[in-house]
Amino acid sequence: MDLNLNINGEQVSRAVEPRQLLVHYIRDTPGLTGTHWGCDTSNCGACVVLIDGKPVKSCTMLAAMAEGHEIRTVESLERDGELDPIQQGFHEMHALHCGFCTPGMLMTTRALLDERAGGPPLSDDEIRMAISGAICRCTGYKNIVAAVRWAAEHQQQEV
Amino acid sequence: MAIADRPIGFGRLKRKEDARFIRGKGTYLDDIRLPGMLHGAVLRSPFAHAKITSIDTSRALQLPNVAAVITAKDLETLGLAWMPTISYDTQAVLAGDKVRFQHQEVAFVIATDEYSARDALALIDVEYDPLPAVVNARKALDPDAPLIRDDKPDQTDNIASPLWEAGDAAATDRVFAEADTVVERDIIYPRCHPAPLETCGIIADFNPQTGQLDIYNGNQAPNAHRTIYAHVAGLAEHMIRIMCNDIGGGFGNKVPIYPGYVCAIAGSIVAGKPVKWIEDRTENLVSTGFARDYIMHSEICAKDGKITGLRVDVIADHGAFDSTAQPTKFPAGFFHICCGSYDLEASHVQVKAVYTNKAPGGVAYRCSFRITEAVYLVERMVGALALEMGVDPIELRMQSFIKPDQFPYETTTGWTYDSGDYGQTMKVAMQIAGYEDLRREQAEKRARGELMGIGVSFFTEGVGAGPRKHMDILGLAMNDGADLRVHPSGKAVISLSCQTQGQGHETTFAQIVAEELGIPPEDVQVRHGDTDKTPYGLGTYGSRSTPVSGGAAAVVSRKVRDKARLIASTMLETRPEDLAWTKGPPAGWYVKGDPSKGVPINEIARYAYSGDPMPEGLEGGLDAQTIYDPPNLTYPYGAYIAVVDVDPDTAAVKVRRFIAVDDCGVRINPMIVDGQIHGGLAEGIGIALMEVITFDSEGNCLNSSFMDYLIPTALECPDFELGETVTPCPHHPLGAKGVGESPNVGSPPAIVNAVIDALHESHGVDHVDMPCTPARVWAAMQGRPEPPQ
Amino acid sequence: MQTPAPFEYERATSVQGAIASLSRLGPEARVIAGGYSLLPMMKLRLANPQHLIDINDLDELAYIREETDRVSIGALTRHVELLESDLLGLHFPVFRDAELVIADPVVRNRGTIGGSLCQGDAAEDLSAVCLALHGEAVLRGPERERIVRLDEFHIGPYMTAVKDGELLTEIRLPLKHGGGSAHEKVERRAGDFAIAAASAAVWVDGGKIVDAGVALSAVGPTTVHVTRAEEHLRGASPSEELFEQAGAIAAEDCSPIPDGRGPVDYKRHLAGVLTKRALKRASARALKQEA
Repeated sequence: MDLNLNINGEQVSRAVEPRQLLVHYIRDTPGLTGTHWGCDTSNCGACVVLIDGKPVKSCTMLAAMAEGHEIRTVESLERDGELDPIQQGFHEMHALHCGFCTPGMLMTTRALLDERAGGPPLSDDEIRMAISGAICRCTGYKNIVAAVRWAAEHQQQEV
Repeated sequence: MAIADRPIGFGRLKRKEDARFIRGKGTYLDDIRLPGMLHGAVLRSPFAHAKITSIDTSRALQLPNVAAVITAKDLETLGLAWMPTISYDTQAVLAGDKVRFQHQEVAFVIATDEYSARDALALIDVEYDPLPAVVNARKALDPDAPLIRDDKPDQTDNIASPLWEAGDAAATDRVFAEADTVVERDIIYPRCHPAPLETCGIIADFNPQTGQLDIYNGNQAPNAHRTIYAHVAGLAEHMIRIMCNDIGGGFGNKVPIYPGYVCAIAGSIVAGKPVKWIEDRTENLVSTGFARDYIMHSEICAKDGKITGLRVDVIADHGAFDSTAQPTKFPAGFFHICCGSYDLEASHVQVKAVYTNKAPGGVAYRCSFRITEAVYLVERMVGALALEMGVDPIELRMQSFIKPDQFPYETTTGWTYDSGDYGQTMKVAMQIAGYEDLRREQAEKRARGELMGIGVSFFTEGVGAGPRKHMDILGLAMNDGADLRVHPSGKAVISLSCQTQGQGHETTFAQIVAEELGIPPEDVQVRHGDTDKTPYGLGTYGSRSTPVSGGAAAVVSRKVRDKARLIASTMLETRPEDLAWTKGPPAGWYVKGDPSKGVPINEIARYAYSGDPMPEGLEGGLDAQTIYDPPNLTYPYGAYIAVVDVDPDTAAVKVRRFIAVDDCGVRINPMIVDGQIHGGLAEGIGIALMEVITFDSEGNCLNSSFMDYLIPTALECPDFELGETVTPCPHHPLGAKGVGESPNVGSPPAIVNAVIDALHESHGVDHVDMPCTPARVWAAMQGRPEPPQ
Repeated sequence: MQTPAPFEYERATSVQGAIASLSRLGPEARVIAGGYSLLPMMKLRLANPQHLIDINDLDELAYIREETDRVSIGALTRHVELLESDLLGLHFPVFRDAELVIADPVVRNRGTIGGSLCQGDAAEDLSAVCLALHGEAVLRGPERERIVRLDEFHIGPYMTAVKDGELLTEIRLPLKHGGGSAHEKVERRAGDFAIAAASAAVWVDGGKIVDAGVALSAVGPTTVHVTRAEEHLRGASPSEELFEQAGAIAAEDCSPIPDGRGPVDYKRHLAGVLTKRALKRASARALKQEA
């Protein structure tokens, strides 16, 4: 079937089988291999992208199901050479080691920050809950929590 | 930015490698797409033990996108049906005669895309004649147990390797005879799995015209892999190039060579095109590199309030093929470090290894060759002894520690510990934990019927294998090369044989060069993971990067510095011995007593490549190489305290606090060291509470996806509380010791000891095996611990 | 990565259209909504439907609304909407309890109540929640709509009363005075299916329990409706002892099997403990005494 998906604001068209998973469609698009996969059962969260602003596991969604929706991947975070505060926060707080879960973590936490924008500060428990569908095998999560806090503080300053 | 954030040498330097990862621009295996690349998929056995009576691939071959289907017969013609393991055993690449574990590799499909390759699997018809499976390691020793390795001509039983011993049995008997307290336990370290988030995979690209084989494969020891591939595939070593690129975690899982890799190479030779094979998560969990699976019986004894002796008898379950990872002369790895951190009078260890109808592996999951099992054993035994003696577990340890003035200390099993002040580290942990307050809180809670436990462990690890006189793998000395080139502009490239899988080598090793040569870390490029561009060495596992490659990096930097001194003496028209190295900035060689006269390193570099005269007998350029042979292992240690709460009704265990005080000698990048500790603690929580690979009686694997192989999430991990002491390693050029695996080694016994501590007084629980799932803890609370296997 | 076998894909644009496709295609067709239950089964090739009908565009099936004597929930309502609904929080706090422990927040963004119920997994939480609330399911077919009580909805493991050509469109939960509800779950790890879970609802009037609902997850071939406990509770005054007794009944009346999550005796024990805890909280909520 011919699919036309909106990925990071651009229309990406390709003929695929209906069974193609969204994660594969994204990764088959030149330059967009930042979205990873780590399991087959929607447990690990390495494949998280934003669909209409909400984090979704793209390994458990058909590419066909994403047509007509706005898909955002990790590659969209940096704008005009400016890192997103969440990217900067991960770097500042050493919230990544091997980097494999990082794109999914960044998108999951970007959505969390967006959802909370203008609201009360996020508690550590809220951050931990938000990332509980994403497995990091390297960091033990402590620095990821710190990175989200860092980003929350620094994007407030920007506003 | 503060100076502390941008250190020239050691310090909390933010990572250089982050720049690509936070942008989604890493290059992991599945990100690589070569022109014309085909995709492989493995057909696996549904049975744990069965004769293969026929394999029919004709229906699969009819699928339009299928290029080839490879079976054992095809591999036989290439001489690839069996491959050697790193423990001098053999392993079937594809099963021909029979399958020996569930999910063993039976056929390999090559197709134009992954979806088609997987479609074809369902169309391969294999007939099996099932045989009784041996799942339990003890039962594998029964005389009438089915013979698993009938492929080996002289094999008449399921013994995988001869009984291996360390220590002194007779002396240990004497110490036990004189003891006033003896405690005995059966302790199991269950099978678990490193499960890096990126699974294992390969792209093999054989060029039939040139005979060149390019291998893209995220593995932990690329140079050693190249040597082994040359041997396995009968190819010339210089015609093989391995490129690792970015690796999404390893933790020991990416040490071995797997059948799928060999199939992809065979497939590329057959198809004349690149072949990619990447296992799915299930394949990762059911077939590649498991860890542990040690069934241990132990006794520990004490006299006059001090631990005096230890006895351990182990059955190691290696699965169907012995592909355990350790230095060749150590068939049980470094398990005999189980004498721990204590000044024992005697100890004795024996290990026998058996075959079972389970997946092969025996890799060190964030562990230096069975040290995790050793530390778990001794720290659980010390916990049990403290319970029996009715003394505080920290008090017993304090009484029994090797004292600072005893270092270097020869253990009763033959290790020479380098340095330590164990009591001090234990005290720091107690202070952070507020140990006395915790005990008070526990007493108050007990009075209210609440179950709170405080668990302690103290570990000593031996990491950084290793000295070539003692340690090799398949005849390859466990030494590491380093090659350092300082360019005319003063910028440098250091090439290494160790292989990062997330440990931050691009930053840490740049810092080592920076510390030694004063070249800012951003001006030092760290190169690794390409066998065409790096020196020989045995890779990264067993916490050996800093101890061995870190030593190499320091030594090679100092070689460059020494050459720079000779050049500087010519530049300054003085004698080399009149010059002193000054860290600056700018760092360089300066005339002793006259800091105004000197040349910085970048000036020396420019000079070294210029047309100006070199010192007599010295070649131009500023570079050096080395192979570092460590004189000994390094012995990091640490004191860990876990605080758990157990729900009295549901038996659910929650780790509320975790205090980890590590002494890994000098810390090159304390931020990265802390990060390594955080990660290892999370894995330790996983192993203690939920991570386990189990089988039913027919050998079916019951934990074959992340729905059943449970990895801790952010909700199971507390906000780790770290502390440190620094006791430099006396023989490492930088005073550093390894650390990556310490937290995984030290944390499980602390957590299990805490669970037992929570339940001992109220429920009489004095033992529970891992993982401490709610069901298992509840059974223990009912006085019905699961019987030993 | 695991990949599904080939199938035809169709995106429904109306409920009628979806039902027409379902009845035309028969048993080879499956509805896909969130996909978190179905797609993993398809990737394992345990489910191999020939046709998938994507109902995600059917916004008319995504709602939570109060009607005169009930709350109606559209089948396409996502977990996150159930979690955040003030209306459910007011009338049926059991949803919030359950939704906080179902899978993870990312999965909850996509997964739907209809998908959860139709998967028919006995370990799934929402089936117990709806059963304890004495809910009903609205099944629409090409000709007519029928209403099935939740206790008749799950007819076996992974089997429901939904017939070929029918679509679950709505869950109805009766609104009665004096209600309180709660859900309790023990799992091996956050996001895991339950080792055991209990949903409980009580309706209290004049200090007496006039009606009660108790349902259990993961301790039987399907969601377990503990009718004997409900009978025991009806007409009694809420008390620790009463809930203990109800828990004991739940422990007796369930039929767990041993598996990787635990042995039978432990699961029975949990059924009792969690039933008691859920009833206690439900009752405190009904009596507005929750701490």
